[in-house]
Amino acid sequence: MGRTVAQKIFDAHEVARPGAGVRIISLDRVFCHEITTPIAINDLVSIGRDRVFDPEKIKAVIDHVSPAKDSKTAEQGKTLRDWTRRHGIRDFFDVGANGVCHAIFPEKGFVRPGYTIIMGDSHTCTHGAFGAFAAGVGTTDLEVGILKGVCAMREPRTIKVVLNNSLRPGVYAKDAILWIIRELTVNGATDQVIEFAGQAVSELSMEGRMTICNMAVEAGATCGICYPDMVTVDYLWPFIKEEFPSKEAALAAYSGFLPDADASYTRILEIDASCIEPVATVKYKPDQVKPVRELEGTKVDQVYIGSCTNGRIEDLRVAARIVRGKKIAPGIRAILAPATPLVCRQALAEGLIADFLDAGFCVTNPTCGACLGMSNGVLASGEVCASTTNRNFNGRMGKGGMIHLMSPATAAATAIAGHITNSELFK
Amino acid sequence: MKNFNGKILFLDRSDINTDEIIPAKYLTESTKAALKPYCLEDLILEGFDPKRDLAGKSVVVTRANFGCGSSREHAPWALECNGIDLVIAENFARIFRQNMFNCGMLAISLDKEKIDALFREFSKEDASLEMDLDNKKFTVSGGGKKAVFDFEIGDFDLDLVKAGGWVSYVDARF
Repeated sequence: MGRTVAQKIFDAHEVARPGAGVRIISLDRVFCHEITTPIAINDLVSIGRDRVFDPEKIKAVIDHVSPAKDSKTAEQGKTLRDWTRRHGIRDFFDVGANGVCHAIFPEKGFVRPGYTIIMGDSHTCTHGAFGAFAAGVGTTDLEVGILKGVCAMREPRTIKVVLNNSLRPGVYAKDAILWIIRELTVNGATDQVIEFAGQAVSELSMEGRMTICNMAVEAGATCGICYPDMVTVDYLWPFIKEEFPSKEAALAAYSGFLPDADASYTRILEIDASCIEPVATVKYKPDQVKPVRELEGTKVDQVYIGSCTNGRIEDLRVAARIVRGKKIAPGIRAILAPATPLVCRQALAEGLIADFLDAGFCVTNPTCGACLGMSNGVLASGEVCASTTNRNFNGRMGKGGMIHLMSPATAAATAIAGHITNSELFK
Repeated sequence: MKNFNGKILFLDRSDINTDEIIPAKYLTESTKAALKPYCLEDLILEGFDPKRDLAGKSVVVTRANFGCGSSREHAPWALECNGIDLVIAENFARIFRQNMFNCGMLAISLDKEKIDALFREFSKEDASLEMDLDNKKFTVSGGGKKAVFDFEIGDFDLDLVKAGGWVSYVDARF
């Protein structure tokens, strides 16, 4: 029987089989941020195991609340900062150099096809865009990952989602993944991996693929995976050019992690990508998705563009094209949080930041803050936010707040119109 | 090993996410115990009052996809510091489920029919549960009724519960 991508990666990393259907795998990367890591660090200290398995394979960032907003978040940052210094973890991105974890780690070249990655963050599935197995874990898994460089995972079962044909102009990766989640439901891929395949996926940039894989967890998936191809190699080339004589050689090496033709899937979902239209969520679950045209006119109080889903340069370019030369609607507040300092710098150089400022956006530093209601754009009770983030859970962006998830294009158009509207009206 | 006996809290809803179990604004707390007052604070469930309904409970019985969303282990911790070490559901989000076992807690999946039966027979009663982990079954009693339910648990999961969690398991073996 052929092997899926995740099975091949597990085969290459297997350390032990502690019980039926479970494998302990070795880790190529353990990513850390200041919210879920400090309790792991404190526990390791308290049990006399304040060690790390490999300081080169551990990468850390302060991103959820940046800069610290109060004494408690300052302490969390300090715990992480002191720990990276104590153990010689060189790749630590402190305030000023920091960005949203799932944007900055790929940008720094830390992710490769075939890698195994864990992080104490559910959107770690983002890194599967590079053909890696990347899974969000809790603090205890993170703690053991830091100490021993291993993690226990159940034998991966895989759903294959095939996006045939091309996305229409004005339809983006975010629309595609919301469409897919509606098809799968929030429990439809639980404890499974999703392989994203087909023409529309291969036509996406790495940014678009990260948007798709980022929300795999909203269907319950452990990881979303795209197949490594020349788009992957081109993105990684600055980081791997010493390792391979040519891009073709790199691609040939990475092709070892493509699925076999007779790989076994629990389900194959085929979607005609040309039928996908701009969509947004309603209510409190990410599978409650409707076409934007049916939500036309829905009033919002705040527009938020940013996050590990949609805070990358491509997202900013799309949104800036829509707001350029216009003003946000009266009574609306709009917030842009570029996901990393590099995204911010690129956006400055391209004049995008000026477009947003001229339109009346508040431009913040890179942080996760608003997405989970911690800082930099928390909603008041009864308020509605048009957001490019990934979760519309009750109270997610602030107690009593309501979130409509959508693409950066729809969010930008909504900021200008003052109500949810299709970005095509602003072409 | 933890004790898994006690009174049952029934949460009659699917897809209860970890933001509902413990909102993100409390993730800045540096101890597990500090989460206690905020457990299930944002749960959308008609008639549910976290303070009143959590008191004295040791077991949660709920529907499908419990613990979806964020990876925060604060969700099982918030349950744990309220005395709840056992959750029974149709199924669990993967990370939440693993977090439960990693803490030496129990997340037991049962067929929809069994979950339906639990709700039908016992959710209106002052029901309590008695666990027999060695024989992979538990007894629920309440309102003069009594029922025994079999369940499945993998060897590795059982080892984690017996070891008191993943850290002690790993420390003893690797």
